[in-house]
Amino acid sequence: MSTRCVEDLNAALVEIFETRDDVELIGEDLLDPYGGAFNASKGLSERWPDRVLTTPISEASLFGIAAGMAIRGRRPILEIMFGDFLALGFDQIVNGISKFREMYDDQVSVPLVVRAPMGGRRGYGPTHSQSLEKLLIGVPNLTVVAASEFHDWGALLHAAVDSDDPVFFIESKIAYGKPARRPAGGYVDGWAVRETPGPFPAVRLSASGFADDQVTIVTYGPAAPIAMDAATEMLLEDEVFSEVLVLGRVHPLDLAPITDSLARTGALVTVEEGGVTGGFGAEIAAQVQSTSWSDLRHPVVRIGARDGIIPSAPGLEDEALPSVADVVGAVERLV
Amino acid sequence: MTVDVTPAELYRRMYRIRLLEERLLDLFATGALVGTTHTCIGQEANAVGVIAHLDPERDIVVSNHRCHGHYIAFQDDIFGLLAEVMGRVDGVCSGKGGSQHLCSGNFYTNGVQGSIVPLATGMAMAEKRTHGDTVVCVFIGDGTLGQGVVYECLNMASLWRLPLLVVCEDNRIAQTTPRALAIAGDVAARATPFGVESAAYATTDVLEVLDAAGAAVEYVRREQAPYFLVLETHRLRAHSKSDDTRDPVEIAAMAAEDPLLVLAPHLPDAERREIEAEAEAELAEVAAAAERSPVAGRSVTGAGAPS
Repeated sequence: MSTRCVEDLNAALVEIFETRDDVELIGEDLLDPYGGAFNASKGLSERWPDRVLTTPISEASLFGIAAGMAIRGRRPILEIMFGDFLALGFDQIVNGISKFREMYDDQVSVPLVVRAPMGGRRGYGPTHSQSLEKLLIGVPNLTVVAASEFHDWGALLHAAVDSDDPVFFIESKIAYGKPARRPAGGYVDGWAVRETPGPFPAVRLSASGFADDQVTIVTYGPAAPIAMDAATEMLLEDEVFSEVLVLGRVHPLDLAPITDSLARTGALVTVEEGGVTGGFGAEIAAQVQSTSWSDLRHPVVRIGARDGIIPSAPGLEDEALPSVADVVGAVERLV
Repeated sequence: MTVDVTPAELYRRMYRIRLLEERLLDLFATGALVGTTHTCIGQEANAVGVIAHLDPERDIVVSNHRCHGHYIAFQDDIFGLLAEVMGRVDGVCSGKGGSQHLCSGNFYTNGVQGSIVPLATGMAMAEKRTHGDTVVCVFIGDGTLGQGVVYECLNMASLWRLPLLVVCEDNRIAQTTPRALAIAGDVAARATPFGVESAAYATTDVLEVLDAAGAAVEYVRREQAPYFLVLETHRLRAHSKSDDTRDPVEIAAMAAEDPLLVLAPHLPDAERREIEAEAEAELAEVAAAAERSPVAGRSVTGAGAPS
């Protein structure tokens, strides 16, 4: 498999448009030949001009418009150009999209997919590089999916569109241009792979073949390759075996694969690209201290961005975002 | 456009709304109800006059916090609304939504100012795709004009020619803030630069509202294009329950234009009294039934789920 993740995504969009006539794509700059700022939507408007709606720069309304379409029987996919712009839609997300089904006593559903590229390392600066999905973690009734380079993007998108409830589909910006690292014969780069069942699987990678790993590293999205590079470095240089768990759904959390891994390793590092305060790792740490207290041999260590902006200059951006060395340092403290 | 509805029927529709909302205020005043409510007392001509032109099977109404009149005019369901506000299991949303988060059939409300306009715009988009003769009617107030999404949606509804009727009920006060402190320029003119047809009326006469709304609804249905209808009116009671800071003299002057008083001369007194008596008997029956409905949620023993 040599296609890039963005091509996998685009192919899935085409398949979805071919098989469902209730799906519409809305967002900014979607029309061909451009096909969206990251080209994920290329080729759609030419084939389906009536189902690809390019919009004004009005995100605050677009979330509500998409919700209204979804309540009335359409299946909109809302493409947000940069995930940072989710902030413009938060009233609709929190006071509408997440609430309609429950507050209207199951009389409606909101089958809406919001696609949002997140993450840095492209030098786009403070307002175009963030990982804001942590702001969605904990909003009731939302599903937050994170496509990483270890996932089958097409399968994830199909599952998101098939959902009868709102799904925020977070795309790793740095993975767009890379081929997905999918298992061949049960292995990726020599690491044994297992995937959890369900529509948004966690990809589990174990250096020891799930036998005697010493640490569990839980991650998602654009932080996944950092975690994997760190785990590989520890394996090769220090013979530390680890299990890297790349979640496909970050909210609500499926704790089972994490507690299963912790029962063997007793040590947990979380790695996210957003800031750690009130974030992904914080929620996992809170949950595992309850479920896995007797398994934990060490305090949970969270790795993420420094508090502050994500600067534009590449050297400064590297300093702000979590690094392989940060993860290696965390693992060394635990083993 | 005319619809076949007599002054007596219009009176009946407005009076039933009035009676229910007065009952709600009484229940809150005596402590029998908790939470919040926002009555449209004084504004009933708008709900009744506009919605008389809408078909609950085909059209859609999206409303705001001050939604009871719209709901009853569109869905004719006093019991479901009363039980909902009373927090009973037979409420239209089983007690989950309460006064300002109603949903039934093609009727939707939400309590955040402005947020309903994008929702209605999206519904208009879906209906245009799937049907082509629907009218989506969204009710806002003058206070909502402070929200930027209203203008984003006027722009998109015009750009995409969506069957969206925006009815702005301008009662010249937003909670306690008078219009003069919140709105610059002309209200109806705000639609013009977006290429949206608009009209403004200052009236509490339901017959006039009926005519104005008829033209607006017919335009939206025929053209499948947006329309901005401004209806200047009077809110005769508090924003919510007891938060009225206006001069009582000012309110008394507005009460002279109470839509029930304005319409009353158009029907015989005896018929009017009969309508009122019937409505009172109906409400007594409905209220008793709502009282018999089980309270929602009493089986829940704790607020927090340990984890």
